[in-house]
Parts: sequence; structure tokens; C-alpha cells
Amino acid sequence: MTSSRSRKPYGVKGAPYGFLLPATLLFALFFVLPIGYAVWLSFRKVHVSGLGLGAGARREVWAGLENYTQALGDNEFYDGALRVLGYGCIVVPVMLGLALLFALMLDSERVRLAPFTRLAIFLPYAIPGVVAALLWGFLYLPDVSPFYFVLDRLGLPQPDLLDGGPLYLALSNIAVWGGTGFNMIVIYTSLRSIPAEVYEAAKLDGATPLQVALRIKIPMVAPSLVLTFFFSIIATLQVFNEPTTLKPLTNSVSTTWSPLMKVYVDAFGKGDIYSAAAEATLIAVATLVLSFGFLRAANRRSKQEAAQ
Amino acid sequence: MPHTKRRRLVTTVVAVSLGATALAACGSSDDSKADSGPVNLTFWSWAPGMDKVVDLWNRGQGKKDQITVTFKKQASGDTLVTKILTAHKAKSGPDLVQAEYQALPTLVSNGAVADIAKEIGDARSDFADGVWQQVTLGTDAVYAVPQDIGPMMFYYRADLFKKYGLTVPTTWDEFAGTARALKKKAPDVDLTTFSANDSGLFAGLAQQAGAKWWTTSGDKWKVAIDDAATQKVARFWGGLVKEGAIDNQPMYTPAWNKALDTGKQIAWVSAVWAPGTLTTAAPDTKGKWAMAPLPQWSASENVTGSWGGSSTAVTTDSKHQAAAAEFAAWLNTDGDALNALAKESGIYPAATNAQTSGAFTSPPEYFSNQADFYTEAAKIAKTTAPSAWGPNVNVAYTSFNDAFGAAAKNKSDFVTALRTMQDATVADMKKQGFEVSR
Repeated sequence: MTSSRSRKPYGVKGAPYGFLLPATLLFALFFVLPIGYAVWLSFRKVHVSGLGLGAGARREVWAGLENYTQALGDNEFYDGALRVLGYGCIVVPVMLGLALLFALMLDSERVRLAPFTRLAIFLPYAIPGVVAALLWGFLYLPDVSPFYFVLDRLGLPQPDLLDGGPLYLALSNIAVWGGTGFNMIVIYTSLRSIPAEVYEAAKLDGATPLQVALRIKIPMVAPSLVLTFFFSIIATLQVFNEPTTLKPLTNSVSTTWSPLMKVYVDAFGKGDIYSAAAEATLIAVATLVLSFGFLRAANRRSKQEAAQ
Repeated sequence: MPHTKRRRLVTTVVAVSLGATALAACGSSDDSKADSGPVNLTFWSWAPGMDKVVDLWNRGQGKKDQITVTFKKQASGDTLVTKILTAHKAKSGPDLVQAEYQALPTLVSNGAVADIAKEIGDARSDFADGVWQQVTLGTDAVYAVPQDIGPMMFYYRADLFKKYGLTVPTTWDEFAGTARALKKKAPDVDLTTFSANDSGLFAGLAQQAGAKWWTTSGDKWKVAIDDAATQKVARFWGGLVKEGAIDNQPMYTPAWNKALDTGKQIAWVSAVWAPGTLTTAAPDTKGKWAMAPLPQWSASENVTGSWGGSSTAVTTDSKHQAAAAEFAAWLNTDGDALNALAKESGIYPAATNAQTSGAFTSPPEYFSNQADFYTEAAKIAKTTAPSAWGPNVNVAYTSFNDAFGAAAKNKSDFVTALRTMQDATVADMKKQGFEVSR
């Protein structure tokens, strides 16, 4: 009796911590620690003495903000960011526009073969990004592409899709092809959860299907649109698969085409993990600022609307 | 999102090194005793069929000496260098690694590969001086045993050269003339392409012209990527691209394969390993190609560059460096091992004697029309110019890809691109703290 009474308060007090422990431990081990280590590395650099050939000629030393100033002073980093911006300006509106359009069409009453169409649009998302980029890359190469063969036979002009402006379209096309299905499903799911009485009320008021779509459906799925937009921004900032896969096929995609490619080539091409860590940290901060900035703005707007 | 998988790259970059650090504690737990009793070695290599060659050792010599080697297949090139360096940081590297010659200074500079001068005995006598110099870096140390070499040659479609009335160029001037003559006769056909996606090709061409990109004097490195010889090479190829005498698209693409296979490109400046590449790239033109020595800068010269080639190095992390060196020497000098390497991995041996014996007494299947293929190749291999690699070849190569890729695309000045490459390389070395003179 006495023993159980004395143990009880201890057990109750300790229990929450005990339950928290696994999650905290995993979070610390696999999230906080690697990120902390990345940030730590970003303040370090290698210092070589002499020819650097003897043992111990290479030491890791404190670099302060050197890696950051170097990354921020590197035009290639900005140019990469600009290229990604241009790419994002094509991908995000087109992908979300198509996703919304397809979702609305699937949700309309007169649709036929809905399950099949839904699957067909979604299927490209199931194809790994690298495979998709490879597949499209082959289709973009004039000498092996069936498209160019047809264009040639019809005597139509054959644009070079792997150079200049069309390169952005070519890259965006891969992302749109792969991402539309996913976003469509997100929007479609939230369309299905709109209560039927809302539609009935609209019908009684004499709303046309187009009016229902514009006045009821789109405003009611706004949270999903915000969510998909949020995901798309992050995905765009981190574009890597498509340009990396197309790079060997053309001179127009450099090894530092997008900021993330620069991180990769610095770490694994040049072996400078310190600069790569600094650049990765900068990208992470930019991603956080942009995406959460957008979320806050979206939230504030919806709150204002709710207040009205 | 199609790119969600990449979302974690930020942390992955670091997680790799972190994971490696964590592994340090438990890595390489073999045994810390000296070289007595059975020894287990790990060998990282990308050569196809290497497992069979390693088997040969484990069943023969290795069994006798109680040294068992485990082969672990790796990705080739720079990826493996990064992996070796990361493993070395964690002190959990393998015992043996395959390393390209140009990567050796990087590995040595990072303290990842060991000096095995004492352990390899008389292996030196099996190799040509120029090859051996690449594994000593001009010092008294020996950092690896040469495995394969890639002397450069000129490959051309013999049947199409005849059809267009072209002669095989022996100088680069003639090469340019051939390219122009072909353009006149068949505007749709290119002699070859200048590809910016494999820096090794350009490095080899510069080497042939007499360039020495990295040299040392005292405690200083001298970087001369934009020296007169390399400028000459850059100007030559840039000129051909600019006037449209040759193509400017990268090689190793499906389009390039098709161009070779359909006779849209009728020559390729390549190395001794080309038959393997052509077999997969242009299967339909088997037996129609021929090999000749690389064109020269002046008719009186007879030198070539090298493109590719690798060595077997022992790591500083290995607890059994003597045993590892014994295996490295066996792998690259023993007759049976070299035969197996030729047969299973398709490599062209660095060991001089092996170049004309065993598997190399008959031509490669793709070149069955050229009976003396390997006799010629061995002759050409002897004319290989000395190479001069430095501690950040990877940086120079990456810079080459971007600068020359853009220059080839825009048909702009190649010498400017060369200067970009030089500047990037020097800047990187200075950042690391190397003393650099020009």
C-alpha cells in the first residue's frame, strides 16, 4: 500500500514526458540535429596549407559569414533564382488553372466516365519526376522525337524546345503534366464536400451551372486553392529533377540552372559542402519567408472576409 | 507535387555527412590487429564485371594469402570521389577504391589515399613512365596502381569517308579542311561535334597540345588552364563551331547516338575505349568504322592525349594497407587478372605488356574489319603526353561544362570561356587556402 502510494505521484508526473520522449528524440535526431549541423557547416570552411598534399595539410576552420557573403555576392545564384521565378510564373498559374478547371468539370452533373477521366489526369503524378523528365526530354530532341517527325512531314516549322524561351515552356510542361493531377484531386475532394443543399438553394434561385461554379464552388474551395498554391510555390523554389535530367541533352541548361542545382553541384561536383550548406540555408530561409508570408496574407484576407 | 522528393535536399546534403559521422563510431569494425591471420578487404569500384575478377582473386591468390576482397559496385566519376571523401571524413572508408587519375590529387590532398610505395614492390616496371607519373604526382610517394588508360584516337566512318572523297586527317589543319570539305559536299552531315558535356575530352586535347594545367614550384601551385597551348585548342574548336563546320550539340544523347548510327556525324575524336561506346550508340554501323591516330598540331609531331583511365588506390582508413596494396598490384599486373579485367570489364590495361597479349591479340568485335586495332592502339599509347592534374580538377571540370556549354550554344569566343574556367579554378584554390601563382 505505502509503496504504491509513494510511487503514484511520481508516475503521474513522469508519464507525459515518457510519452513525449520518442517523438522528441526522433525530432531531435532526424530534424533538429541535421539542420543544426548544416547551419554549423555553413559557418565553416577548409583551409589548406602549402601544396595540400601532405598529411594534415587540410583543416576545417571557422569561416564566419564568408560562405554567406560569397553566396549572396554570386550572380549565378541570383540568375538561378530569376530563372526559377520565370519558370514558376508559367508553372503555378497554368498548373492550378488546369487543376481547377478539370476539378470543376469532373464535379459537374453532366460528366461521363468520371472515374476513368479522374484516373487518367491523375496518373502522370504517379510517374517519378526523373522518368517523366527523361520521357519528355526524348520527345523534345528533334532527331528522335515523333512530334518533330510529324511536323517535318507536314512542312510546319520545328521550334528548338531546348533553348532560350521555349526551354522554359518545355520545363514547365513537364511540371504541369506531372503536377496537375495531384492538385486536381485536392480541389476535387473539397468540391465533393460542399453540402448538396447549397446547390439546391442556388438552383432554386435560378443560378446557371457557370454561375454555380463561379459564385459558389470556387469561393467555397478557396482554402484548397490556397493550400495547392502553397505547395506549388515550395515545389517551384525547389525545382531540380527536370532541369537536371534535361541538362545532358542540351547546352542551354547549365549545372547551376536553379539554386538547388547550384547547391548540388557545389556539394557533390566541387566537393565544397560548406558553401553548399550556406546556400541551402539561404534557400530554406527564402522558402520559409515566401511560403509562410503567402499563408499569412491568405489567412488575413479570409479573416477579413469572415469579419465582413 | 512532382518534386516533393527533393524537398529535403537542404537537409540531405548535410544528412549525408552527418550520417557518415554517426557511422564513424561503428564503421570499419573489422579487426585492429596487424596483418596476420585472415584479412577482409572492401573494394569500391564502378567497373562492370569486377565481381568476377575479384572472385578470381578470392579463389586463387587471395585464398592462399588469406585475404578476402569484397567488391561493392559504385557510381563512376565525381560522385564516387565525393563518396570516398565523405566516408573518409567518417573514417569508415573502404580499403580499396577505384580512382580516375585526375581525381588522385584531390584524394591525396584530402588525406584519403595512402602512400603504398613500400608495399607494392616492383610493380613500377610494368608501366610506362607517363602513366606511372600520374600515380606518384611527381613525388617519391606512390598513391595508386594504374589500372586502365585512355589514349586518344581518331575514329571515322571508313565507308562514308570514301563516299564523300575525304582523306583521313593527320594534322588538325587537315581536320578543319576535312570538316569544311564535307560541309560543302553534304550540308546536312557533320564531321563531328564539339561537346561540352565531357571535360575529359577537352583536357585530353589540351594535353596533346602540350598544356600543363597544374604544376608546382616549391610550396605554390601554378594554374595554367588558359596557357598558350590550351588557347590554341580552344580557338581551333571555337572557330569550327562558329563557322558551322562542325556541330555544337552534346554527345551521349539519343540524338547523338542516332547521328552516329545514321551517318549524320561521320567521325569522333575519342579514346581507346570507343568501341564499347560505339557498340551501344551506333549498333547498325558495326564494321564500318576505322581508327587512326589523333591528328597532330604539326606534321612532324606524334603525340596523343588521354581521356579517361583509372587506378586502384589504398585508403588511409584501411587497417590492412599492405594486404590491400598486394591486391591492387595483383589486379593490375597479374596476367590472369588483366585478362579477366579485359574480358569482364572491357578495360584497356595500363600495364604495357598486357596491351598486346591475351584479349588484345585480336581486334574488338565492333572493329573486326581492322585486324591490327590493338597493335596500333599500343603504338599510340606509347605517344601519350604527360598529364598534370591538380587538387581541384572537379571545379575546373564543372566550370568547363557551364562556360563551354554556353560558348558552344552561342557560338561565341571559346578563349573567353577558357578564361572563365581558369578564374573559377584559381578562385576556388585561393578560397581553400592554397598558394597559387600564375
